[in-house]
Amino acid sequence: MTAQTLDPATAPEASWLRVCRVADLEVERGRAALLGSTQVALFLLPDGSVHAVDNHDPYSGANVISRGIVGTRGEAPTVASPMYKQVFDLRTGACLDTQGKDPAALRVWPVLLQDGDVHLLCGDAR
Amino acid sequence: MTARIVVVGAGMVAHRFADSLVSRAEQDISLTILGEESRRPYDRVGLTRFFDGAGAEDLELDPAVLEDPRIRLVTGDPVAQIDRAARTVRTASGAELGYDHLVLATGSSAARPPVRGAEHPGCFVYRTLDDVEQLKAHVERRASQLGRPVRGVVIGGGLLGLEAAGALQGLDAEPTVIQSSDRLMSAQLDLPAGAVLRRLIEQRGIAVRTRTRTTSVLAGEDGEVHGVVFDDDTVLETDLVVFTVGVRPRDELARAAGLVCAPRGGVEIDPSCRTSDPDISAIGEVASFEGMCVGLVAPGYAMAEVAADRILGGGATFAGYDLSTKLKLSGVDVASFGDAFATTPGALDVVYTDPVSGVHKKLVLSDDAKTLLGGMLVGDASAYGALRPLVGGALGGDPAAYLMPAGGVEAPTAELPDEAVVCSCASVTAGTIRGAVHEEGCTDVAGIKACTKAGATCGSCVFAIKGLVGAELAKMGRSVSTALCEHFEMSRAQLFDAVRVSGLTTFSSVIERFGRGRGCDVCKPVLASILAVLVRGHVLDGENATLQDTNDHVMANMQKDGTYSVVPRMAGGEVTPEGLIVIGEIARDYGLYTKLTGGQRIDMFGARLEQLPEIWRRLVDAGFESGQAYGKSLRTVKSCVGSTWCRYGVLDSVGMAVNLELRYRGLRAPHKLKLGVSGCARECAEARGKDAGIIATAQGWNLYVGGNGGATPRHAELLVEGVDDETLIRTIDRFFMYYIRTADKLQRTAPWLEALEGGIDGLREVILEDSLGICADLDALMAQHVDSYQDEWAATLADPAKLARFQSFVNAPSTPDPDLAYVPERGQVRPASIDERRSGDVLIAGTTLEVRR
Ligand SMILES: Cc1cc2nc3c(=O)[nH]c(=O)nc-3n(C[C@H](O)[C@H](O)[C@H](O)COP(=O)(O)OP(=O)(O)OC[C@H]3O[C@@H](n4cnc5c(N)ncnc54)[C@H](O)[C@@H]3O)c2cc1C
Repeated sequence: MTAQTLDPATAPEASWLRVCRVADLEVERGRAALLGSTQVALFLLPDGSVHAVDNHDPYSGANVISRGIVGTRGEAPTVASPMYKQVFDLRTGACLDTQGKDPAALRVWPVLLQDGDVHLLCGDAR
Repeated sequence: MTARIVVVGAGMVAHRFADSLVSRAEQDISLTILGEESRRPYDRVGLTRFFDGAGAEDLELDPAVLEDPRIRLVTGDPVAQIDRAARTVRTASGAELGYDHLVLATGSSAARPPVRGAEHPGCFVYRTLDDVEQLKAHVERRASQLGRPVRGVVIGGGLLGLEAAGALQGLDAEPTVIQSSDRLMSAQLDLPAGAVLRRLIEQRGIAVRTRTRTTSVLAGEDGEVHGVVFDDDTVLETDLVVFTVGVRPRDELARAAGLVCAPRGGVEIDPSCRTSDPDISAIGEVASFEGMCVGLVAPGYAMAEVAADRILGGGATFAGYDLSTKLKLSGVDVASFGDAFATTPGALDVVYTDPVSGVHKKLVLSDDAKTLLGGMLVGDASAYGALRPLVGGALGGDPAAYLMPAGGVEAPTAELPDEAVVCSCASVTAGTIRGAVHEEGCTDVAGIKACTKAGATCGSCVFAIKGLVGAELAKMGRSVSTALCEHFEMSRAQLFDAVRVSGLTTFSSVIERFGRGRGCDVCKPVLASILAVLVRGHVLDGENATLQDTNDHVMANMQKDGTYSVVPRMAGGEVTPEGLIVIGEIARDYGLYTKLTGGQRIDMFGARLEQLPEIWRRLVDAGFESGQAYGKSLRTVKSCVGSTWCRYGVLDSVGMAVNLELRYRGLRAPHKLKLGVSGCARECAEARGKDAGIIATAQGWNLYVGGNGGATPRHAELLVEGVDDETLIRTIDRFFMYYIRTADKLQRTAPWLEALEGGIDGLREVILEDSLGICADLDALMAQHVDSYQDEWAATLADPAKLARFQSFVNAPSTPDPDLAYVPERGQVRPASIDERRSGDVLIAGTTLEVRR
């Protein structure tokens, strides 16, 4: 979700938070970020887009999603939880391979890339 | 003449009916489906996926079915009247349509109980896409108005109510489930099972009140719901109410047309699914069979098949309801099947309860304890897919085996009779699945889904299907597809050779040349391992860093709370007193839980990502190196003390063990490799349980290969006998390299050897007699490995780019994960359980763990 169309100026109620520089991220190797008490997993893809999802893994309860393997399932960019290997769609947070468990999804944050900075849309304005 | 068939209702069962009818009709037919909802048929069973981000398009049922030119779908125009004499229906918009046969598939509507105030705008039901859209909008609107999490009351604690409560949690709302009877899911569970379920639900953060009736919903002057009143006059504050108290069959059209309806609602049908008017059938939730309507999709699908068959002149009959169900709430496993309440005369119960881990399982058996009649599974329903098809058949074995904790039970698919129903949603039998493998050429679950619809609805049977397909293919002498994943058609062995021959050195170049897409968690670690053997770069060099599996990712073993354990190498199990002191100091300073491993070394648990480099700096400074306990690579060479100290020792087993461990350290393989060296035939090192086991004899070393401990123990087989050091090492070199080159992903040496052509004799021909002419290659590859070994951790500490990857947060590089929590145990610590966290009994928070330096 590289929401280049979303402009902080035209979305005043939304709080865009600068998290890091794009250059702090490595292609296809995730990083965790801390927003208050919430943990977000950031992923930079080969096409230059950045995706932000829960770092919290709903299946294991541990904060590990940022340490999963990034890949694709069909058209969907994905991350696989390093704990029990459930695979999630980075665009929607939906679980594409539940490993036989019940479905559970990751929260997704809108991302804005501006001047080499990564901003996330935070709070209830989503 | 074309037979005109009209279906009222465009829900799940109507869709199945259409599919069945047009795919089988040989005669001329036209099919018109008249739907009230303004949408194309969608997956109501999967409605809750809407809250996981699934849009209306994602929920739509296979649109290809309705593209058949014989079918016309009209949405958003309900049928208002049936004229049986004229054989026409009239829609709300006034359109009139004649029929030769009419099918009622109008489903049910969600019931609203007679509660005062139930019509306030903050009250919802949970049946249609419109319902869930409105519910979501309300929660989001109220949350932003109130500036706090929204509270929600779900009235009705059945399957649907629990699903709705889970959905509310997914929207960050705080749900309370209100149940009038004494337990949750009272239609499926007895009192003890219901009690266990309640604890699981509460542990998940959903509040529960049983034996509670709601008398009214309160709304403020602003019209917003703010509470509910119970029959004991207590009030619970809430910002919304969801009613999940059951459904009412939509039989109003049928009643007005004078069709016979059941006293408790629903259009009466006979086993051919005909109503009291032979030109009209009723299927799905609106149909009442033997006085009962059932709110499950599987019986509706079965009726759809029967009705279609009858219209086409067949003689199919509806056999009655299968009431098996499984709760779709993540983290709470519940299933109930067959005669769960043991109503069959003489039925016996077998119950297994483990209140500590929240598991309750009950099987209902016939009076001779041989036939499975039904059961309830709470907390662990992994056996559901295997057990449900066995209902009515012989259990075959000790019933208790099915109740024991997960892992023990293999799905008994091999013995399933052809008539056993494997997928109850689509009512597909084992025989149908076997037929699809033989006649339709299906080779995997996806193929079976497309071909038979088995496994496509709730998915709880996919493992059973997988087992059946594998067994059938094996019977036909065909192997299951060896493609690695959707990105590579090749097997691991083929890919190894492709990389070796092409000389490619990076994942990107390999996938571009031999695969497609960007890879995934299956092919990336496989290639990481292949490249580690053939190219020998550091696991965190450049692109390699994006390929590594869980543990290799940061060169440590991930534990359940996301922290790591650290294992320095102690070759042959040798460690100096100074080394022990350093390890003790590190474990003490970082508060690490310390335990000996089965491989004769020391494991330190609870190290956080950002602590790994500091810990390793101290270990490396003290002369330790990575133990590769995290890798699919050589782990340890276990040894007994041997001839240097032991009165019985024949050869120096420790010396050989150290020698071998230093030779193969860091060698990546399809799976982990373990060795053992025993100094005499007493075999104290248990070497024959290892991938390569070496036992000293008076004549020299005996080498055994392909052994395994763990879940499927296997003794290693004798490969060579009485050899000297040099021959021993050369033979192991070739054995390992041949295995690394040809094994499948995650295949240990034991199954590899079993599958190898010619078994141990075949192996001997290849690596001792060089029957394939590859021994020189194998030797050269191993020599390169030995020459290029470097300690991965020392190399990491010397490279700032690699070290940057160990920061806990990109915007807070050394802040510990704030959610870590520990409790003391036997003088050390362990991660706090969910209960302990919730009750606040956590004595040690990860963040405040004192670090002495
Ligand atoms: C959230 C949820 C979860 C569920 N989970 C499960 C589960 O896990 N397992 C399971 O077996 N079942 C489950 N169910 C039940 C399952 O969805 C139903 O059994 C199934 O949808 C019944 O299909 P049907 O075609 O009979 O009725 P419906 O799917 O309700 O379709 C009937 C359609 O007919 C339309 N209609 C009614 N009257 C008229 C008219 N006069 N003219 C035109 N159209 C009309 C209705 O608007 C509706 O669209 C679940 C249901 C819900 C709501």
